Amino acid sequence: MKLKSALLGAVATLAFAPAAFAERGTDGNVKVLYSQAVSIMNAYLSNGTKDVEVGSLVLEPLAGFDNEGTVFPRLADGLPSVENGGIAEDYTSITWKLKAGLLWSDGSPVTADDVVFTAEYCMHPEGGCAQAARYEGVSSVEKIDDLTVKVSFSTPKYNPFTAFVGATSPILQKAQFANCLGAAAPTCTEANFKPIGTGPFMVTDFKVNDTVELAANPNYRDPAKPAFATLSVKGGGDAASAARAVMETGEFDYACNTQINPELQAQMKPGCKGHSVSGFGTLVERIEMNMTDPSADLAEGERSTAKHPHPILSDMRVRKALSMAIDRALLVEIGYGEAGRPTCNLVPAPIIYASDNTDCLTQDIEGAKALLEEAGWTVGADGIREKDGKKLKMLYQTSVNPVRQDFQAVIKGWWNEIGVDVELKSIDAGVYFGGDPGSPDTFQKFYADVEMYANNFDGTDPEPYVAQYTCEKAPKPESQWQGENINRFCDPAYDALVAELLQTRETEKRAELIKKMNDMLTKDTYTIVPLVDRGRLSAHSNTLGGVVLNVWDSELWNASDWYRMK
Amino acid sequence: MLTYTIRRLLLAIPTLLFISLVIFLLVDLAPGSPASQIPLTVPPDVRMKILESMGANDPVHVRYLLWLKQFFVVEPLVWIDGVFGTTHAEGMQRILSWQSRSPVFDIIAERMPQTLTVVGSSYVLGVLIALPIGIYSAYRQYSWFDQLGTFISMVGFSVPTFFTGLVLILVFAVNLQWFPSIYDTSLRVTDWASFVAQVKQMIMPVMVLALYNAAQISRYMRSSMLENLGQDYVRTARAKGLGEQVVVLKHVLRNSMIPVVTVIALGIPTIFGGAIITEQVFRVNGLGALLINAIHGSDLPMVQTLTFIFAVLIVIFNLVADILYGILDPRIRYD
Amino acid sequence: MTDVAMEKPRSQWADVWAQFKTHKGALLGLVVFGLLIAFVFIGPLIWTKDPTYINPNAAEMIKGRNKPPSLVSPLGTDQLGRDMLARMMKGGQVSIAVGLVAMSISIFLGTLIGVMAGYFKRLDGPLMRMTDLFLALPLLPLLLVMVLLFRDPLSAAFGPEGGTFLLIVTAIGVTSWMQAARVVRGEVLALKEREFVLAARSIGTPSRRMILRHILPNVVSPIMVAATLGIASAIITESALSFLGLGFPPDFPTWGRLLFDGAEYIQQYPQRVIWPGVAISLTVLSVNYIGDGLRDALDPRIRGR
Repeated sequence: MKLKSALLGAVATLAFAPAAFAERGTDGNVKVLYSQAVSIMNAYLSNGTKDVEVGSLVLEPLAGFDNEGTVFPRLADGLPSVENGGIAEDYTSITWKLKAGLLWSDGSPVTADDVVFTAEYCMHPEGGCAQAARYEGVSSVEKIDDLTVKVSFSTPKYNPFTAFVGATSPILQKAQFANCLGAAAPTCTEANFKPIGTGPFMVTDFKVNDTVELAANPNYRDPAKPAFATLSVKGGGDAASAARAVMETGEFDYACNTQINPELQAQMKPGCKGHSVSGFGTLVERIEMNMTDPSADLAEGERSTAKHPHPILSDMRVRKALSMAIDRALLVEIGYGEAGRPTCNLVPAPIIYASDNTDCLTQDIEGAKALLEEAGWTVGADGIREKDGKKLKMLYQTSVNPVRQDFQAVIKGWWNEIGVDVELKSIDAGVYFGGDPGSPDTFQKFYADVEMYANNFDGTDPEPYVAQYTCEKAPKPESQWQGENINRFCDPAYDALVAELLQTRETEKRAELIKKMNDMLTKDTYTIVPLVDRGRLSAHSNTLGGVVLNVWDSELWNASDWYRMK
Repeated sequence: MLTYTIRRLLLAIPTLLFISLVIFLLVDLAPGSPASQIPLTVPPDVRMKILESMGANDPVHVRYLLWLKQFFVVEPLVWIDGVFGTTHAEGMQRILSWQSRSPVFDIIAERMPQTLTVVGSSYVLGVLIALPIGIYSAYRQYSWFDQLGTFISMVGFSVPTFFTGLVLILVFAVNLQWFPSIYDTSLRVTDWASFVAQVKQMIMPVMVLALYNAAQISRYMRSSMLENLGQDYVRTARAKGLGEQVVVLKHVLRNSMIPVVTVIALGIPTIFGGAIITEQVFRVNGLGALLINAIHGSDLPMVQTLTFIFAVLIVIFNLVADILYGILDPRIRYD
Repeated sequence: MTDVAMEKPRSQWADVWAQFKTHKGALLGLVVFGLLIAFVFIGPLIWTKDPTYINPNAAEMIKGRNKPPSLVSPLGTDQLGRDMLARMMKGGQVSIAVGLVAMSISIFLGTLIGVMAGYFKRLDGPLMRMTDLFLALPLLPLLLVMVLLFRDPLSAAFGPEGGTFLLIVTAIGVTSWMQAARVVRGEVLALKEREFVLAARSIGTPSRRMILRHILPNVVSPIMVAATLGIASAIITESALSFLGLGFPPDFPTWGRLLFDGAEYIQQYPQRVIWPGVAISLTVLSVNYIGDGLRDALDPRIRGR
């Protein structure tokens, strides 16, 4: 017994040896590759995940999400809760305490003023803050003492971990950004490129959309970390060559989100220089059904609006038949491999919110045919179904992307098999997702019968996500085609559920409501046809230790723990 | 010739202003929007706020006039300040990129070195290879050298650079591991070792581009030489007993240069435009990558500024070509 | 030359053909080009597999993916189990048509503008400034705007496929004539000062005749080069266009597109890029040799030799 525990102890020491005995800056340089290059380090002015993630090496929030999606303190001294009095009984305020003795990388102390200033910075009406949604409902942020801050909400907020939580809302240094409020925000180039932070690294050189050079922060709160003296981030190129640079040539240590085709994944597996890690978040590739008529014969301004229900897709049996004809497992195999899994849910994670809806997973071509027969669509002379002289024809659009084009071709094959004529269309992503009201090809305008794209939600709370499908949020000409209810789904019962959810506090009850709403959109109505739950697939070299993939927060969330394996 | 040059330069100003207006309207009319870069998780009202803060929602003429002022007044002042240490441009708004919120000219200056070294040297190399090949294959028309040259240049031109780049990476970076597959823009040449590293990382992108450029130029050189070799003046020159070398390299070559000069002069501005695909394959991240990123993200100030600089270069080098015509063939007169 | 008188008089075109025949490369090019045309247009009548057919049975489809060349599919299959031979044929129809038509448009525009600018001094300035403008315009936004403005009216008038074809060839044509125009103009400027032109002018030849009889035949060689290079770049540009959502529907194969799609799989299945790559190169090479032969055949000085 003694021997065994001694051995175990020895093994444990060996396993943790590099991390435990490491000193700051002893492991040299680590190289990270992003297929999209970094354009700014300040998450509040950022246009994308890559900026937020690389920014998180420097700027930190009060608390973050770990790889399980649970909140853990970063700059905060413990997590506030109702029990410890940190969160008010009625959920109208949350009080954060900062760790004592925290220093910015320039050596000055971190105080409550910095936190208050950060809120002021992002909530400024002229600042164009990209993360304003994280501060939604915040009525005031007050300093209680040098290390304590109270955030008040205008209405009870049952998930108060939004502001100052996660890589999308880090704390800025007041001294550095004081002159960058509001309209002046974009003019502070130096601060936006080389922010002073509390994170494990600090920027030494920044080249827009190219490289970022970082060095270990001498004032980082853990004196033993980070193990690397410098970190370089390179951007640009494509995912396949990024994976190649880590797994085959060994030029880089870590490549973020290397979405490569399964064939290539399989081939790079035996690569002796690195291996891949994957994790699943909430990103779901789906087909959206248009509930309104996109016909070009309608007047401009009436196309794809609630005035005209869709002549074919308004019948749920057609929507269901289209979904039944799809073999999701095959889609995963040809498109995503390790980085995807079939799903029938709009909200696939976190576990407590995921419905146990799995009946779409088996393909049923015969059943789909029978359902169309039942709906009155009979096979015509050319193999295409028709009803009252009308052909069963779908215009199927998506953005330009090799995997999406493969999906389009395969799904078209299945739909042809059940007697549906399909016309495919692919649109440049800049136009499709651009939302320019002057263009007919945006996904919001939805001038097609069905369309495909992927969407997810920020953090772990799906509330704003499921609240998108109320009648009033449908894109329409009056709102410049802005709106998140892409399908123009409209059901008073659903709107009532949304209202109920906003009033509900208990986690179990919320989970139940969210599952119910998920089912209403998917298996009860087939308005949204989820296809693949898309994970993150990253590659790291065999000599890089300490990597834990996190899909709920910045992928580089624990870069301070990375070390070089000897 | 001098008056002609001055007249052309003066005429270039209204031309360029007109070009800038057309570019501006074109980029503005194109259906993309900077909003496409914002993740879908950002709610619509926040999106609108972001666009407003960029000034993307102002009327077209306001944005155009603002850009003109920034380009022709603010940026030169900033440059003067930088050189002489004055503060004329204090408090003035420079041209800011929508993607990175930083001054467009700083980014361009940052990208210049790698673009010039990679794309520039590949162009020079391409021209240096193309001219002798073109001359010799015309002189020995239908010899095996000519046939081989024709074949290689046709393959070089009809196989796109993304393909040749990929093949080179697989052979030399993955299998042989001779050269790096990713260009390191932070590398500074300070000693022999870093110089070797720089040469190593330049070899593959330069090869790809040089092949493509050489293919095109050598075709023009060859056909133009052929045309001239059959002329009467060549027979005359030979008849009066001039050596082959003099006939070919002095008489024929000089007369054959006009289309080649045109093609080379047209190619020089494209050096500054970068080589979009090659830059992406090897991650050189030069001006080409900058432009294509800006176009995809509908970063209007960046696209506008880059294409305008590009237009200026085109106008200048076309003028240079016209002047060279006069030198090559003194009979050509513009006045 | 002694028995010239014995031969019966022949038309000019028979002469051209006789000269063309003596050019071995040109003849070979003509044969190869003819074979390519037959392959893409007559081939589908013999090899009747549907180029877009994907086996709806998932298990069968998985088995039939990425197959190497075999008797069932002589060129193998792609990542979705589609037959590569059928795709090459179908793709070739579009690529060759787009290549030839777009090249003709760009050469026509380039020659017209180049000759006008070089010959008429008054037109030189405006036309060359217009060339500068077109050279400076960023291609991508220009194409996006063209789609936005013309796609719907064109498909209404010529049907979706015809409309797309017209749009693509016009888009490529009007964005690629500038180099040809500059080259032709440069040549014309020099030609204008040559003795034979001065002679022709001194006997009062009208401009139209001057251009057609004296100038054009002498700028044929750079035009030929521009034309052969133009075909290659038109085929490649077409594939780039379909990636902007501007080209044909996404499941519609073209050579450029097959090449682009195959590049991702180059390591595992090199044949996927070799087939379209070879086809494009062969087309360009054969057109190049035909062009060479034509130029020699059309040139009376060479023909006489």
